[in-house]
Amino acid sequence: MMNEATIVSDARAGRQTPIIISIVLALMLAMAPLPAWAETFRPDWVMLTIIFWSMTFPGNYSVGVAWIVGLIVDVAQGTLLGQHALAFAVIAYVTVKFHLQLRQFPMLQLTATVFAMLALYQFILFWINGVAGINAPVVVYWGPVLSGTMIWPLVSLVLDGVRQRVGRRR
Amino acid sequence: MAAAKSKKQHRSPYSPALGLRLLLLAGLSILIQYIDNRDNHLDAVRKTIGATVYPLRVIVDAPVSTWRWLGETTASRNELQLENSRLKTERLLTQARLQRYAALEAENARLRDMLEARTRVREQVRVAEILSVSADPFRHVLVIDKGTNAGVYDGQAIVDANGVVGQVIEAGVASSMCLLISDPGHDLPVEVNRSGLRTIARGTGNFNQLDLPFLPNNADIEPGDLLVTSGLGGAFPAGYPVAIVDSVRRIPQEPFASVTAVPSAALNQVREIMLIWPDASADSATDPVGVDTEAPDDAAAATPGDTVAEPGDDERGDDRE
Repeated sequence: MMNEATIVSDARAGRQTPIIISIVLALMLAMAPLPAWAETFRPDWVMLTIIFWSMTFPGNYSVGVAWIVGLIVDVAQGTLLGQHALAFAVIAYVTVKFHLQLRQFPMLQLTATVFAMLALYQFILFWINGVAGINAPVVVYWGPVLSGTMIWPLVSLVLDGVRQRVGRRR
Repeated sequence: MAAAKSKKQHRSPYSPALGLRLLLLAGLSILIQYIDNRDNHLDAVRKTIGATVYPLRVIVDAPVSTWRWLGETTASRNELQLENSRLKTERLLTQARLQRYAALEAENARLRDMLEARTRVREQVRVAEILSVSADPFRHVLVIDKGTNAGVYDGQAIVDANGVVGQVIEAGVASSMCLLISDPGHDLPVEVNRSGLRTIARGTGNFNQLDLPFLPNNADIEPGDLLVTSGLGGAFPAGYPVAIVDSVRRIPQEPFASVTAVPSAALNQVREIMLIWPDASADSATDPVGVDTEAPDDAAAATPGDTVAEPGDDERGDDRE
């Protein structure tokens, strides 16, 4: 049992700086200025990063971390406090719950799953916006899903490089 | 990833508590969303997290502002000379117009005094720059580089050289978030400059269009009419240009005409905006930021004594419309 726990959460304290840096970088990408036409197709970098890390290190990067990062996104973007936090926590839950299956998936199938998760994520945001009385055009919700799915292979490739670094130092 | 896969073929030991944790966090986030949507009780939380986000904003903004700075410093001498002479001409013209304006303003104050109407309050303005940071994808917002440390407050009006841009919705410590008048959730009380007709201008989610949904078919409004703020909502000072009416369609069987207007301010390409403090007639000792006013003396002289305290109370309310 002890052994299992250490294997699963193999990104131990002190070795997590690259992971945290990747999350901060994703936050900055989410804030970076884009031309107006590209704005609606901005992938949700932070969500993709969180999906990757909670799939890879479910012991360290689970719903709690996702929730806190979501709260930071809420403040950074000025959305309703707790909106992204809730969506992040739900997606992290799904990811952690099925992380063993997700790791087995070939890239194509994994990308399709990420598409479904991003759609669920945007649906939660859409739902909360509806309750709060904020209406935005539909493309604002679908744009990030499509672009996020397309960029996912690249994101997972880059983050996998980071993961191997974290792993090698172990 | 292949290496990781082979080692981790087992159930994780923390799964049982996972659902519970999610439920707790989901409950918590619904609770804080409820509180956040109702009141501003969570301002402290926002400000604390916002302070940690601020450095990120500065870093993200840095490449763009560096690029602009480079462009300015490496501009050729010829270009600079051209720009300089253009600006000089512009300044001359503006000053000439301002002279006339000063005389008109004095006359206006005198007439209002004769009518015993309340003198229009003068405003203080301060320039703020827009950070190249993108924010809430669902709304039309922008981030400016001034916050509560510069006296910015929630609900403050912001304008650019051509017209009203929006209002501050979240004043952070060193940067603030502003809602544009083009946001679908933003309603602005306006009046038609030509006829004095008062109505509401509503954002459409399109930077180049505002809707005037509550005008009856027989309303006195035409394409080309200038809309200015009426000052009725309390958040915006009166008399700032907002938009120009571009189409009026009167449909006989509908109760309201469909009227659209084009905002005067270039909402999606502003770089600098002006923050307005609707207060200067009161003594400058109590003013929030100590920005110098144009002529506080004659404003105070023209203001009847009993109305001096008023603007601070009713004009600086932070209600959002």
